[in-house]
Amino acid sequence: MYEFDYHRPTSLDDAAGRLSDEDAKLVAGGMTLIPTLKLRLAKPTQLIDLGALPGLTGITEDGDSVVIGGMTRHADVNRSEVVKRVVPALAAMAGLIGDPAVRNRGTIGGSIANNDPAADYPAGVVALNATVRTNKREIAADDFFTGLFETALEPGEIVTAVRFPKVAMANYQKFRNPASRYAIVGVFVARTSAGVRVAVTGAGASVFRVPAMEAALTASFTADAIKDIAIPDDGLNSDIHASAEYRAHLVTVMARRAVAACG
Amino acid sequence: MQKTVSLTVNGKPATATVEGRTLLVQLLRENLGLTGTHVGCDTSQCGACVVHVDGEAIKACTLLAVQAEGRNVLTIEGVADGDTLHPMQEAFRNNHALQCGFCTPGMVMSALDLVKNNPKPTEKEVREYLEGNLCRCTGYHNIVLAIIEGATVMRGETPPVAPHGPAHGVAAE
Repeated sequence: MYEFDYHRPTSLDDAAGRLSDEDAKLVAGGMTLIPTLKLRLAKPTQLIDLGALPGLTGITEDGDSVVIGGMTRHADVNRSEVVKRVVPALAAMAGLIGDPAVRNRGTIGGSIANNDPAADYPAGVVALNATVRTNKREIAADDFFTGLFETALEPGEIVTAVRFPKVAMANYQKFRNPASRYAIVGVFVARTSAGVRVAVTGAGASVFRVPAMEAALTASFTADAIKDIAIPDDGLNSDIHASAEYRAHLVTVMARRAVAACG
Repeated sequence: MQKTVSLTVNGKPATATVEGRTLLVQLLRENLGLTGTHVGCDTSQCGACVVHVDGEAIKACTLLAVQAEGRNVLTIEGVADGDTLHPMQEAFRNNHALQCGFCTPGMVMSALDLVKNNPKPTEKEVREYLEGNLCRCTGYHNIVLAIIEGATVMRGETPPVAPHGPAHGVAAE
């Protein structure tokens, strides 16, 4: 790890102000960033720890939705009675991330700000049509994830919370890499008041929706309705774990399983 | 940039001067001499470095020492009561749940975290909970038996005789 200056600000303004140094980096749970630093894939001048900021953790019910603070850990989302009641599929998804010790550190804000192509949260945020809150504005899920490790976050912008509307039916199915536990392909299906949303992680450079499946499932919410919908493998991820062609195949398999699991 | 970190380790105050990039596991092993916490993979996969921070299991190779400022850390050295092993440690011995022993400190710390959240885990729940702890000797079978036995004793119940019989004492007969 290269040396850096470590800061632990106690106000959001102080944390955001330090980001005027473009080589400064935020650390939330550190479950991705610290391994990245160890591999010397990043060389920040300053590490700005969000761990001491007040008001960024916790889960609250707000009318027909649940608001999860940006620094809320996966273990807390997984165990939350509120999340289990309002968006149970999200609580279940959080319990599939990494392993128990990782879930005791990793955060929702860190996960979505990093936007790893194989992370689980992006699929949940997009399928559930969540809204990302930052220190500056609100960003709709469909506008938030913009590419490989890229988001709509601007310099100096920090994720403070994510709001998930109550969902009638949803399920996440993940075909995971048994070593890293990241998604080779993960499909989150949600039946919302605005129609069915299908979000895929692990398969492409960033999370994406499958409009053909959404239309078919809005007409008939059954696993059979999408059994013949194949997505093209052009541009999908291909590595030693799975070819693009195999990932494309898995998208349909995982989507069918998710719909079937919705009961 | 050097920083002074003050924390509580195994119930006692501890202070160390470290760099920003120093990991908690380095502070424990190199500054405090607590070498029971191991570094296996150094990539947060193997779990040999699991300790408790404020009562929760974390991987000490993936937390900066400076992030433990003011926190309460429990390592494997703080688990036993003097010369009396903790029931979970005793259960690992009873069930021959270790061979080389390298993964054992992390296994015991994860087991204690599991039992705190789930005092009566099933075999399936134990196996799922250990997904972040790798053992390359035992095949996990006896580790799972040990954790179920340790949890049973921690609940104040008498465990059934282990399927292989008690491992300790056999050689002395």
